[in-house]
Amino acid sequence: MKLTGILLLTAASVSLAATVRLLNVSYDPTRELYQNINAAFAKQWKAKTGADVVINQSHGGSGSQARAVIDGLQADVVTLALSYDIDAIAEKAGLLPKNWQGRLPDNSSPYTSTIVFLVRKGNPKRIKDWNDLARPGVSVITPNPKTSGGARWNYLAAWGYALRQNNNDQSKAKDFVSRVYKNVPVLDSGARGATTTFVQRGIGDVLLAWENEAFLALNELGKDKVEIVTPSVSILAEPPVAVVDKNAARHGTAAVAKAYLDFLYSPEGQEIEARNYYRPRSKEVAAKYDRQFPHLTLFTVDEVFGGWQNAQKTYFAEGGTFDQIYRPGR
Amino acid sequence: MPLGDASGRASGRVPTRQTGGLRHGILPGFWPSLGASMMYLSLIVLIPLSAIFLKSASMTWPRFWDAITAPDVVASYKLTFGASLGAALVNAVFGFVVAWVLARYTFPGKKLVDALVDLPFALPTAVAGIALTSLYSENGWIGHRLAGWGIRVAFTPLGVMVSLIFIGLPFLVRSVQPVLEDVDRELEDAAASLGASRWQVFTRVIFPVVRPALLTGFAMAFARALGEYGSVVFISGNMPMRTQITPLLIVAKLEQYDYAGAAALAVVMLLASFVLLLAINFLGARSRCYMEAR
Repeated sequence: MKLTGILLLTAASVSLAATVRLLNVSYDPTRELYQNINAAFAKQWKAKTGADVVINQSHGGSGSQARAVIDGLQADVVTLALSYDIDAIAEKAGLLPKNWQGRLPDNSSPYTSTIVFLVRKGNPKRIKDWNDLARPGVSVITPNPKTSGGARWNYLAAWGYALRQNNNDQSKAKDFVSRVYKNVPVLDSGARGATTTFVQRGIGDVLLAWENEAFLALNELGKDKVEIVTPSVSILAEPPVAVVDKNAARHGTAAVAKAYLDFLYSPEGQEIEARNYYRPRSKEVAAKYDRQFPHLTLFTVDEVFGGWQNAQKTYFAEGGTFDQIYRPGR
Repeated sequence: MPLGDASGRASGRVPTRQTGGLRHGILPGFWPSLGASMMYLSLIVLIPLSAIFLKSASMTWPRFWDAITAPDVVASYKLTFGASLGAALVNAVFGFVVAWVLARYTFPGKKLVDALVDLPFALPTAVAGIALTSLYSENGWIGHRLAGWGIRVAFTPLGVMVSLIFIGLPFLVRSVQPVLEDVDRELEDAAASLGASRWQVFTRVIFPVVRPALLTGFAMAFARALGEYGSVVFISGNMPMRTQITPLLIVAKLEQYDYAGAAALAVVMLLASFVLLLAINFLGARSRCYMEAR
């Protein structure tokens, strides 16, 4: 009796020692994605090493999640909406090297997405492309880019479209984006709030949304309520991932954290991402899900705006182009 | 002096009032308790607040000035302070009526109404914001009726005020109600028997007793409204220059990792609220002195 007790105790402590805990600090719409990823990765890790891994998730606005990590939230890995936010962790807290984005393939973004339009059933305002958003009488719903990371992608997508239409003429692009934002009646503080405004309140003719969010909304509401319109050209949203080196070293989780992020690039991981409506990087998986994702021309922030640091300064910082749209007497 | 007692209780003071200098009260331990309170206040209030001042001190004066006087920031002060003041005033009137009903009458379901008053305290503000927005937006249950009159509430400054009224109500009711319950009914009878009209009884007997508590409740509701974020961001629509509250701009600055800029706005909010609260408390103290002098 006593002996079995001791045996049980040792067994328990052995399995306790073998359980690794990982904290993945992510942004809002990835909740379902990472639930699926975590389960699959834990299974694979167990098969490979015999050890249990428990992955805890934390979700919130991308910027506030980054600030939490800067202020000491013990993230082993971060999976955020913009590289700008991981840059801030590297810069302000020095928890990972500044060249973090070069350490993993594809700008450290295992999956991508883009900005598409969600319109009412039957598309009564006949919205086909970005220029329709600037038309008088069309009401556009998008969150405030000052408070929402997702909204910054929307803003830059519209700007990039206008640059292409006008031979890279910045002032014409600014004029176009101003006209689009004149059509915005409400600037919610976050992406989910904007979706609620469009869907529940019935405000607006078109919602600018991440493609994966638009698919989720479509599934939830039914195809008899809304439909997705894919514009001719849009921005390639690259949500980046990174190991937070100093935290992982302190927790002794560097190896498993790296393996976790590598799993995102593996065929199995790519499948899960595609099933959650993120565009996979892998050509094989992409081919398999070809019918799910419409074809369109995609441009990156690096190509058109010279990276996030520049984009932030020019467009969203104090006195940037977004402020100028709303300041009187300009 | 029954009246003086009532107002003394309203302010939460111990009836053994001290007139100049320290005098030993019934309860011992002035120094330990003062020490403990200072320690507690420092930990909970002073140290976090001084951290804000320190953060903003990393800016140069011209940058600080630019940050706190940018046009959208100035517009947000107007909205934040204006809507908070408006909401507190509306609550001062209608909160008083609610407190009056709860203190003076018994009716079936009174316990329920009494509990309802506290609900805005307990409800997560985001929930309140979403609920109010769906009620007052143009396809909402109240909103579409008001839209018929050409009144828009959600996504306008009026909507901001509505949500601030919601969260401020319990402060008014809960500070006025106990004082109203304590008002000596015999005084009212006496006043009436001496020929005072109902209006006179209210303005000359009841109101002066309640006024300090009303001011306290007003100040708390006002202060609470200034800092409110969660419910307002849903109903305001956050349009630059029109419906952005200052706390939203603070969040916007944090999103850009502009900690110093965010702290600068926080300092302005803090100082302005502190001065306003001090002024309101001063008014309250004066009306108490006035009561005691009588």
